[in-house]
Amino acid sequence: MQNDIVVEDVRKSYGKVQALKGVSLQAEAGKILGLLGPNGAGKTTLIRILTTLLKPDSGRATIAGIDVAKHPMRIRSLIGLAGQYPAVDEMLTGRENLVMVGQLYHFSRKASKERAQELLEQFSLTDAADRTVKTYSGGMRRRLDLAASIVARPAVLFLDEPTTGLDPRTRNDLWEFIRQLVDDGTTLLLTTQQLEEADNLADWITVIDHGEVIAAGTSETLKSQLGQDVLELQISNRSYIPQVQTLLESIGRETPHVDTATGRFSVVVPHGTQSLLEAVRVLDQQSIAIADIALRRPTLDEVFLSITSASEN
Amino acid sequence: MAQQVITQSKVVPAAQYRDPSLMQSLWWNVTDALIITRRNLTYYVRLPQLLVFSTIQPVMFLLLFAYVFGGAIQTQNGNYINFLLPGIIVQTAMFGGSVAAVGLAEDLKKGLIDRFRSLPMARSAVLAGRTLADTVRNIFVVLLMIGVGHIIGFRFQNGFLNAVAAVVLVIAFGHVFSWIFAFIGMMVKDPETAQVAGFIWVFPLVFASSIFVPTETMPELLQIFAENQPVSIVANVVRGLMIGTPHDSVWLAIAWLTGIYVIFVPLSVWQYRRSAN
Ligand SMILES: Nc1ncnc2c1ncn2[C@@H]1O[C@H](COP(=O)(O)OP(=O)(O)OP(=O)(O)O)[C@@H](O)[C@H]1O
Ligand SMILES: [Mg+2]
Repeated sequence: MQNDIVVEDVRKSYGKVQALKGVSLQAEAGKILGLLGPNGAGKTTLIRILTTLLKPDSGRATIAGIDVAKHPMRIRSLIGLAGQYPAVDEMLTGRENLVMVGQLYHFSRKASKERAQELLEQFSLTDAADRTVKTYSGGMRRRLDLAASIVARPAVLFLDEPTTGLDPRTRNDLWEFIRQLVDDGTTLLLTTQQLEEADNLADWITVIDHGEVIAAGTSETLKSQLGQDVLELQISNRSYIPQVQTLLESIGRETPHVDTATGRFSVVVPHGTQSLLEAVRVLDQQSIAIADIALRRPTLDEVFLSITSASEN
Repeated sequence: MAQQVITQSKVVPAAQYRDPSLMQSLWWNVTDALIITRRNLTYYVRLPQLLVFSTIQPVMFLLLFAYVFGGAIQTQNGNYINFLLPGIIVQTAMFGGSVAAVGLAEDLKKGLIDRFRSLPMARSAVLAGRTLADTVRNIFVVLLMIGVGHIIGFRFQNGFLNAVAAVVLVIAFGHVFSWIFAFIGMMVKDPETAQVAGFIWVFPLVFASSIFVPTETMPELLQIFAENQPVSIVANVVRGLMIGTPHDSVWLAIAWLTGIYVIFVPLSVWQYRRSAN
């Protein structure tokens, strides 16, 4: 399959801050690439480079084979962008915003108006279409911003945290809509901090942290890359928490996560059932009562926390 | 199969892209700027109070200067309103440009410039649309001030064509200076700073000039500056064209404006293109 977005060893610094330290990734045409990373990882910086807003210090990025830094104008007619914060004109109405964007893509006024109407319907904004954006709620602005990003039916679409600030229902609608868009042939690069979102939407996930790619794969491969099972354990007497923590640390592969309010632990373990038995045995030796114990597959959240904390060290 | 072709045609395939011809690009420079101009002028329709207050201020200036200083300032033929009006419309056209600095800094802050920069529109369009909209507003304000001036005694003394030429020069002056404001707005990136930074360089040019008072009474060094800086030269030419006083060559004024224009248009566009860094 052909790659629509190719990023090769891209670096970018803001003064002394190295935002990207040599990032490489690919997105297949017609697929969704989820770019996952904690605050400050460099997601927005990468999107800004790919959408011609920023020039990389070094490295190469191409979209549909066109070099982003060398032919920014060509790139701009191919892509759509909805940035991390909605960029719509408060003083114009929703409709006027979309018509203006259409015209700036050099569609005729008539075509821009028709497309605006279509998008307003698609994003359930018809009732508010002729009100100034100043009167819109946060979710309505975000929907309008997303609508603006696909006015030209771009071949490649960039969405920077598109569902931040949307209620669950609107978010689900948007997911549905995004899938539809990709079925129609759009290639999508989507950043998110919500693993659920990446898990749900992305065909391929690239995890970045501190400006570096630290893992990549489908959500399934990422989950199994972490490999081993997670041991979940609950104790009834919470005064034993520090003690249990030390014990689990020697059994598990990493520092156990503990919810001090409930006395619930979770820790990735190397040997599955054997590790479970070992946990039962050592806690029994110390006469610490176990309220509940189980083994399960890791969630993507745990994979994420585990690889991002590993890159910290 | 047919179904698939239809759904695929929804997306513009990358391979279909062609670079626009030179003529096409030049044409888009114009149309894109007009789209942005229209957007900026919409602000005045949505917020009529913005227009009202930005008009009241220069008119108030005119009345205050005419009546408060009018008696104290000695001008050659003793008719201060005839001396004042040409100067004060030059000052108004100049102050009018500060809207460009604040407006652009606001667009930057709200991320709108990012949206525009991600679109395949002409790179000069956002700035040209800003300065054009401010020029349209300037035309309105300048004509209004001439009307108010007329009510309080101002009269053109030098024929209709010279009066028209004077007004055109004032508007051109305002337009050229709004590109300096545009550059400042793109530089400082923050509306409040733009408000202040936009004005700092304006005051010496406006007050150490022949706009409000004849320059003869100024200390010698100041007088040299005041007589040779562009605002005075333009104000003198405008005054000369309107009421027939002796003045520098119109070409000197045009040369100054052209010089500022060819420096600040590319400078502002350059700043616009690198505004994300
Ligand atoms: N304009 C700037 N000037 C200086 N430093 C910047 C600038 N923009 C980003 N940075 C720094 O670059 C790094 C990457 O920032 P970036 O915005 O790309 O992260 P992100 O992954 O999008 O984070 P978030 O999830 O919080 O949006 C951070 O350390 C940030 O502080
Ligand atoms: Mg970000």
